[in-house]
Amino acid sequence: MENSVLQLQHIKKTYPGVVALDDVSFDVARGEIHALIGENGAGKSTLIKTCSGAAIPDFGRIVVNGNSFSSMTPQLAMQNGIAIIYQEFNLVGELSVAENVFLGRPVRKGIFIDNEVMEEETRKVFQILNIEIDPKTLVKDLTVGYQQMVEIAKAIQQDARILIMDEPSAPLTGAEVESMFRVILHLKEAGVAIVYISHRLNEIFEISDRITILRDGHYIKTVPTKETSADELVMYMVGRALTETYPSRSVIKNQEVVFEMQNVSGNGDKNLSFQVHKGEVLGLGGLIGAGRTEAAEMIFGAAPIQSGKMLLNGREIHPRSPREAIDLGIALVPEDRKRQGALLGIDIKSNINMAVYQSISKASLIDTKTETKTAEKYKEELHIKTPSLHQLVKNLSGGNQQKVVLGRWLAANAEFLIFDEPTRGIDVGAKYEIYMLMNDLLRQGKTILLISSEMEELMGMSDRIIVMSEGSITGELSKEEFDQERIMNYASRVGEGVG
Amino acid sequence: MQKQIVKIIKEKAIFLVLIAMVLFFSIVTRTFLTVDNLFNVARQVSMLGIASIGMTFVILLGGIDLSTGSIITFVNIITAYMMVNMGMNMWPAILLTLAMCTLIGLFNGFAVATFHMPPLIVTFATQTIFAGVAYMISGGMPISGLPETFAVIGQGYMGVVPVPVIIMIFAFAVGGVILNKTYFGRYFYALGGNEEAAELSGIKVKNIKMLVFALSGLFGGIAGIVMLSRTNSGQATAGRGYEFDVITAVVLGGVSLSGGSGKMLNVVAGVLILGVLSNGMVLMNVSSYAQMVIKGIILLLAVGFDCVQKKGLVK
Repeated sequence: MENSVLQLQHIKKTYPGVVALDDVSFDVARGEIHALIGENGAGKSTLIKTCSGAAIPDFGRIVVNGNSFSSMTPQLAMQNGIAIIYQEFNLVGELSVAENVFLGRPVRKGIFIDNEVMEEETRKVFQILNIEIDPKTLVKDLTVGYQQMVEIAKAIQQDARILIMDEPSAPLTGAEVESMFRVILHLKEAGVAIVYISHRLNEIFEISDRITILRDGHYIKTVPTKETSADELVMYMVGRALTETYPSRSVIKNQEVVFEMQNVSGNGDKNLSFQVHKGEVLGLGGLIGAGRTEAAEMIFGAAPIQSGKMLLNGREIHPRSPREAIDLGIALVPEDRKRQGALLGIDIKSNINMAVYQSISKASLIDTKTETKTAEKYKEELHIKTPSLHQLVKNLSGGNQQKVVLGRWLAANAEFLIFDEPTRGIDVGAKYEIYMLMNDLLRQGKTILLISSEMEELMGMSDRIIVMSEGSITGELSKEEFDQERIMNYASRVGEGVG
Repeated sequence: MQKQIVKIIKEKAIFLVLIAMVLFFSIVTRTFLTVDNLFNVARQVSMLGIASIGMTFVILLGGIDLSTGSIITFVNIITAYMMVNMGMNMWPAILLTLAMCTLIGLFNGFAVATFHMPPLIVTFATQTIFAGVAYMISGGMPISGLPETFAVIGQGYMGVVPVPVIIMIFAFAVGGVILNKTYFGRYFYALGGNEEAAELSGIKVKNIKMLVFALSGLFGGIAGIVMLSRTNSGQATAGRGYEFDVITAVVLGGVSLSGGSGKMLNVVAGVLILGVLSNGMVLMNVSSYAQMVIKGIILLLAVGFDCVQKKGLVK
């Protein structure tokens, strides 16, 4: 484009063993919102890093306002008006909004900090953005949505002309997303160039002018938003039509209730009641922060319930620790695989046996034959790709790590499995394998509660979906009723208008 | 192929250092490489070795135990007091002492696990408390006149092998079995690597933490008994600063301070290196002050090596 303010030309970036970006070109114009999409690992983050100076390209040029650079540094990026808003905010909770906006470059009066000037300047920025936040408020007292506004204000105060936003809507409620959009459109009119990265296609259609798709580090295509469709974008992103993504299974109609919550409150959730039937996948939909993981923690004994009842196979249960839940036949494949699931620093064999060590030990001594046999069995069954069971789990790919976690629960003989975002950060091929494994489990008569923020996955894998918002259940849909908009509606029901 | 060689060298580096040191002292001194002196080294490191086993477990969990030195002092005074001033028999006195040490460790673990207090501070506090208790009981005076049979533990021989060396070897064997053959050992590694994931795998994190600190207290206590028997009188300064040597040996043995990785056999090598070094320096007439400087530098190098390696892994 002729009035491009930022151009990336033929960028190549390799890390040991991986080509993160291969000949990727991209540009954004003054007053344009340019969406950047792609699966996890497509190279979006690396591309942003080359703009911020956090990654040095092996090859290619970065042209900002006509000045050509071979690589950026954080200072250079700032001087050239590039600001990046990451998923993790760079804010200090204990400081005021104004102090955060001026973080690292405070206005001084002698040796003191001039709070009045900073507050006044911050107020001006908020006026430009057309939002109301008191500059004196401490950042920790703000909602996530407002914290993001502070990040944007920080960028504007630094006179950013190019704003790069990485998954800005991920932590926000529906209403917060709407107000963020208002601010972005406002900036667009003021001539700011915006690079908008998101997984949520509906948002991209709502707000962007052009869309660039990356896949496996390659540039695929740039299309004007008006001339494309969601189906087309998905096809570019995954390299095939979406219909193939979910393996089919015969629906089992079984009314036997495996797990039930009756008016359960606690851990931030209120009054949850639902049933999970034997052999089904009950999907748990909602936005991030809707209280789904919190519900899973209560079932798994990682957090206490305050009131209500939980029943497993008709018997009331009170798991007070994950250990007790495991002994009841409950398993949790947690949300954050690297932090909560896989034990990265130890080998596959120990990982798979971790939940059963005590029961395969006599007088505290491990029966190593059983240990190896169990690990061997689940390595085969789950197709874990590894040269040896002694391989450390951190050396495995995301998909294989997830299989190891799953193997641990199968070894522990779990009957009711909770999958919390099971395919996050896993590449498309491995995702499909995880789905097939879930189907295998169902065939063996196991029961699954699936928490997923990926709408396609939720609808593709579930037999039934309940939707949560702000700690409560706001709706239920049977397979015939599955519809993205209805789910989104339920998901933002309570939060509506709260902002 | 080349990668594998590099990997093996990295893993066994500690043994190469040990061998190099032995060769060095064998060449520069005439007296180092003699059967008598080598047994001497082994006897000198026996207490360090025993105490390092419990410390290995604690550090493996990402913790630290600064109370070891004070526990040794406390053992010196209380065991001597029970035998000399209260006229107790040797075995009840020893068993009672070890039970007390285990309880002190258990208390450390309880404070760390239940109240999430930092191990550094908890064990620093118990260090101060039990150093004080030892002074209060003894009034600062040495307690001597221990029964003759008691001296066997620290000074006796079985054939040509000193008894404390046999105790150390046995203790290391027990430590190795705990770490490699029992399910507790697997839990130690899991918990040291990632507490949250360990808990979600069904490990009772609190219990394991208490167990580990209790074991550190117990092994510290055994080391204290050996020391008392060797010196033949209870001293209120017996174990002062001893935790420093123990931590140095364990870190030198490649147990990562951030938890989750380490091997018992390498800790044995770490202990031997310290022993060989002290012994060799004495034979070379290096002053005890200079020895302190060298030991400090060695701790720095060991920790530095650990941190550099960690960083290399991240990249």
